[in-house]
Amino acid sequence: MGLNGRDNHNDNTLAATGNALPEEVPPGKGSEKGLESEKKTVKKYEETFPKEASVGLVVPQDFTFAYPPNELVLESGKKLGPINLRYETYGELNSDKSNAILILHAFSGDAHAAGYHSESDKTPGWWDHMIGPGKAFDTKRYFVICSNVIGGCQGSTGPSSINPDTGKPYGLSFPVVTIGDMVKAQFHLVRHLGISSLYSVAGGSMGGMQALEWSVRYPEMVRSAIILASTARLTAQGIAFDAVGRNAIMSDANWQGGDYYGKSIPARGLSIARMVGHITYLSDLSMGMKFGRRLQTRENYGFDFTNEFEVESYLQHQGDKFVERFDANSYLYITKAMDYFDLGEPYGSLANAFARARAKYLVVSFSTDWLYPPYQSKEMVFSMMKSGRDVSYIQLNSPYGHDSFLLEKSRQTKIIRAFLESIND
Amino acid sequence: MTDKDRPHLNYGIITNLIEENSTVLDLGCGDGELLLRLMREKNVKGRGVDIEERMIMLCISKGISVFQGNLDEGLKDYGSKSYDYVILNQTLQVTHKPILVLNEMLRVGKRAIISFPNFGHYKLILQLLFRGRMPVTKDLPYQWYNTPNIHLCTRNDFIELCRENNIKIIREIDIREGKIISGFLPNLRATEVIFILEKESV
Repeated sequence: MGLNGRDNHNDNTLAATGNALPEEVPPGKGSEKGLESEKKTVKKYEETFPKEASVGLVVPQDFTFAYPPNELVLESGKKLGPINLRYETYGELNSDKSNAILILHAFSGDAHAAGYHSESDKTPGWWDHMIGPGKAFDTKRYFVICSNVIGGCQGSTGPSSINPDTGKPYGLSFPVVTIGDMVKAQFHLVRHLGISSLYSVAGGSMGGMQALEWSVRYPEMVRSAIILASTARLTAQGIAFDAVGRNAIMSDANWQGGDYYGKSIPARGLSIARMVGHITYLSDLSMGMKFGRRLQTRENYGFDFTNEFEVESYLQHQGDKFVERFDANSYLYITKAMDYFDLGEPYGSLANAFARARAKYLVVSFSTDWLYPPYQSKEMVFSMMKSGRDVSYIQLNSPYGHDSFLLEKSRQTKIIRAFLESIND
Repeated sequence: MTDKDRPHLNYGIITNLIEENSTVLDLGCGDGELLLRLMREKNVKGRGVDIEERMIMLCISKGISVFQGNLDEGLKDYGSKSYDYVILNQTLQVTHKPILVLNEMLRVGKRAIISFPNFGHYKLILQLLFRGRMPVTKDLPYQWYNTPNIHLCTRNDFIELCRENNIKIIREIDIREGKIISGFLPNLRATEVIFILEKESV
């Protein structure tokens, strides 16, 4: 499930004075422990990479394909077309088109991974601290592509798009898409850009699922894959949380069977879904550090049911903010895609799936991530090894739970940069 | 064990023991320097295992494939005889379950190469005898209360362990301060021992 980055990034930058990067920001007032080391690593990072290192202004682009009668055939057997993919690119494609890296976004992310959309844009793309000149995905060396997934609501075709047959938004008539379908759509974009071999595919959480899918579905096209805080299939616990989110949306009276476009949106349901989701992205430790049991405004208990605790109003804020930028139906479709994802299933086993792959893998898990727990990453890595794949696995100690992959900058930068350098051309 | 504490002196000796193009699994690989040397000099296909995040980061930064894991959990997900050599260099004494680790090495590797500090070395014995204190030397620089070395043994102890577990000793190399020695009383004269071991699969 994953988050987009942007929420977290925003919050942290808001909480800090000045243009702070996530790791510089204490997760809360009462959070002394564990932060000293973070500060030190940040200092080092800042010396190496000045803050102004950015891809600068970027212009989102669109690629439309799968026009009837050549629609994309989905895993469900249904057809979808035409399909638009919103995407951004950073850096330059080299002459032999061998330096392209595809970044795959997490659950509520989008194509805007780095840089700014305008001079007055205050917030950079969701992974700006990892993508740019001299950064982990160094745009001086690599041509970086990021596209919004199908089923989404940030420019790519999804349930809120207009169905050309009816002239109205698809709503629930939009076919259920899978992680495999998202990847098939990206394949068309990559080929459209004239690229037949990707230097790397990389993503965290649902982005990691897509990167895994890429490496197995198009083995001859993927030279390396970076899988952060991800899994080859969700746990029952992960599916359960998705189900709660979907239930919250579908039980909102405004949801209207998904047909709410142009009317009142199921804001309450979507907000609750996000609140639940957000809890799963944090950890006991990070919530304790960030909020503890502090009250938001009062000195003493009010003996009523207002948002009293800091953590309550934080979640409310997260929910409200999310409603402004995300479509409730997309929440349903994308969580469903994650729930269905099972990399090994079509091939009989995970080991069989990895036996097809040719990529060199880097797998990173985070100690406090209970949504995509380290043991799952470990199992996946053993499966890769059994199939003879070249893989490195590291579990980073981090207090930030599943969110870590969006917040841990310096160590991920070191690892990813070195890993990318170790890929033989 | 940190990379600084790790004696690099035996890397040349271990490198000489391994044939070109072998597959090697280095358990407790630390900063990856031994693997790097094996890859460069013997063209081995190697990978490492270590428990420390910092060591894993160093290995990845050298382009070495590594897995962050705990040796005491065993190697159950590694196939039998899937490596030509499994190396355990100066690490046996820090494991919680040395016999498990040893048997797993011999299951996963066609051969195992194991090195450890010899606690039978005469200087250690003399320190204990004349000062009545736990020995502290260049190879074993820790105090009793902060040592990671929880399972120290002598050369003779190890040979006995191999006999009890039907482990075949293919070769023994006795080392004093980084140089191979031969001749009498190895249990007293060697500061470190390296064994090449084999075990028939059951």
